[in-house]
Amino acid sequence: MVSPTTLAPVVFWRNQRFRLALYQAVALLLVIGAGAYFVSNALANLDERSIRTGFGFLSREAGFRIGESIIPYDASNSYGRAYVVGVLNTLRVSLLGIVLATLIGVLVGMARLSSNWLVVRLASLYVETVRNVPLLLQLFFWYTVITGLLPSVRQATQLLPGVYLSKSGLMFPAPVPHPGHPYMAAVFVIGCGLAWGYRGRARRRQEATGQVPKLLLPSLGLILGPPLVVWLVSGAPTALDVPVFTRFTFRGGNSITPEFLSLLAGLVLYTAAFIAENVRGGIQAVPRGQSEAAAALGLRRTTALRLVILPQALRIVIPPTTSQYLNLMKNSSLAVAIGYPDLVSVANTSLNQSGQAIECISIMMGVYLTISLSISVVMNVYDRAIALVER
Amino acid sequence: MNSTIRTDIQEGIAMRNMSRYVCLFIAFTVVVLAGTAHAGEVLDAVVARDSVRCGVSTGLAGFAIADSTGNWTGLDADYCRALAAAVLGDGAKVTYVPLSPQQRFTALQAGEVDLLSRNTTWTLTRDASLGLVFAGVTFYDGQGFMVPKDLGVQSAEELDGAEVCVLTGTTTELNLADYFRANGMNFKPVVFESLEESVTAFLNGRCQVYTTDRSGLAAILASDAPNPDDYVILPETISKEPLGPVVRRGDDAWFTIVKWMVYALIEAEEKGVTQANVAAMMDSQDPVIQRLLGTSGDMGQKLGLSNAWAVQAIQAVGNYGEIYDRNVIPIGLPRVGSNRLWTNGGLMYAMPLR
Repeated sequence: MVSPTTLAPVVFWRNQRFRLALYQAVALLLVIGAGAYFVSNALANLDERSIRTGFGFLSREAGFRIGESIIPYDASNSYGRAYVVGVLNTLRVSLLGIVLATLIGVLVGMARLSSNWLVVRLASLYVETVRNVPLLLQLFFWYTVITGLLPSVRQATQLLPGVYLSKSGLMFPAPVPHPGHPYMAAVFVIGCGLAWGYRGRARRRQEATGQVPKLLLPSLGLILGPPLVVWLVSGAPTALDVPVFTRFTFRGGNSITPEFLSLLAGLVLYTAAFIAENVRGGIQAVPRGQSEAAAALGLRRTTALRLVILPQALRIVIPPTTSQYLNLMKNSSLAVAIGYPDLVSVANTSLNQSGQAIECISIMMGVYLTISLSISVVMNVYDRAIALVER
Repeated sequence: MNSTIRTDIQEGIAMRNMSRYVCLFIAFTVVVLAGTAHAGEVLDAVVARDSVRCGVSTGLAGFAIADSTGNWTGLDADYCRALAAAVLGDGAKVTYVPLSPQQRFTALQAGEVDLLSRNTTWTLTRDASLGLVFAGVTFYDGQGFMVPKDLGVQSAEELDGAEVCVLTGTTTELNLADYFRANGMNFKPVVFESLEESVTAFLNGRCQVYTTDRSGLAAILASDAPNPDDYVILPETISKEPLGPVVRRGDDAWFTIVKWMVYALIEAEEKGVTQANVAAMMDSQDPVIQRLLGTSGDMGQKLGLSNAWAVQAIQAVGNYGEIYDRNVIPIGLPRVGSNRLWTNGGLMYAMPLR
């Protein structure tokens, strides 16, 4: 046996680990150096041309209004707040879009595997049509349909008392703010937690005793009961802020604009077609033996789907669906074409009014990157949670 | 197992999404990599290229609009033609670069165009903080409102609560907010990125009000509205919008040429020099006309051009009045108010060419 001490000691620059570290350090320095060069050169050029730089403009008055906003905003607020409005508008349409696209996608995906001839053909027709037409065209299509076919705001169609549909969007009554509302929201959240806990207990009981406890009604009771009680206790306020037609359009109540509706419809239907394909592929990838085995155990078809097939299919469906969620969020930037005030729209306006293109584009890239990475993280955590656990 | 479906179509969308910013990014790259500007640089480049790159609007009747054969007409386009004729001796040596409101300043900063002649409002912020200089005023405009006639609106002060279609990236958005704020009125903006989309939305009835410069309103009525009589432009003018050519900072020689081109066209009108009579005017005994047309003095050489610079420009497009009459009158904007010569009570005033 040769003792290690008999070998000549390796000179440190021939050490493989040292070399690898050195190469990486050099590469990193080159990247940083190039970046620093570009930044300093850009700053020098901007300075020489007297182009204002820096993020100080964010605290200056924006001076422009934004069509729709979740938080209070007017023209005397800062650019920073305008950006927040834009980000919230992007999040609003993206998150709602992701939920709806998932629902429709799963339904259509399962419909494509149905044994009903008509359902299969309709689902295929939808997927193949929507998936193969550019999204921007679909957005223009929806916007033209909504603003072209609906009646003008003065001849708004009354769907229900207080609910109107027109070129200006869907107007509907909103409850007049009441001191009891925050408490109702709070007990609603608590109720959801209780329902979740009840579900866990029911499952443990089923595993221990084999009995299947009732789930739906008690959960609904836990979720909806407490807000109802609070509502009654606070005097059952029923005051509604009903939209009323004034000279040009409706005032009061709540509204959904045609821009938001078109964007949501376009994004949801487009993305749902891709998700449907993911779902179909995922289900078909589960070996046939699994459903046969479930049938042999006496499980009904729906139960087999819920307990045997879908959990296995999910593992295959989640990664590509994450990409679709990211696509949906990024595609929401097409909103600017049809007048929905998303982040890009607000950033474009800020860019023009302040003239600070580099800063405005950087903010936009930073925000999209942050949202994308957040969605990725959440989906990766979920993916790991449902991964096959070997016992 | 990862079966991400990424079809060509999807790639197409992604590309389309990207191409919106490719223009801006190229512009950044140029800003990042560009060297120092020096006086005369732009003129040298224009002469070497044998073409003036002129940033114009994407299509505004009366100011800059391309016909079916790709031929640009309008007041802004004619100014570019005059400049090309003065500098290169041929009014056809213009490369028109259509720019949206939000592209225009970046394109000029990055040197993609030699000047903007693109109904751009002269403001302090733009003059002082964008690295640009305004070279003069070719049209005095002001922002107005247009509404469907059947709404029965008589005045902009009645517009409380209306939905207003507006184009992004303009002073219009700010004036609109200012006006409603100052009058204690409320409104809801519907903001579009492209002129075409904003006009279509208004004509479809999405908004009750459309606002832009009055010249723009007239252009929309003349070229887009299916039935111009259904709409009415309200009497109020809520802002001052002096429109004129813009150049990059750092090249004073080019700035001076662009500025004096404006004055030469106005001076020609004041002195009655027209496209038709410019040849005959070469024999004029009026010293001002002699200096303008280069038959005496060396005004052109002082600018770094030939002394026939103004003659070439007038031969190409005529004087300021002829340009206005040819382009702006047909869209329904008679020459009244500030756009008349100072001798007629307007603001068109040329600094002395001596």
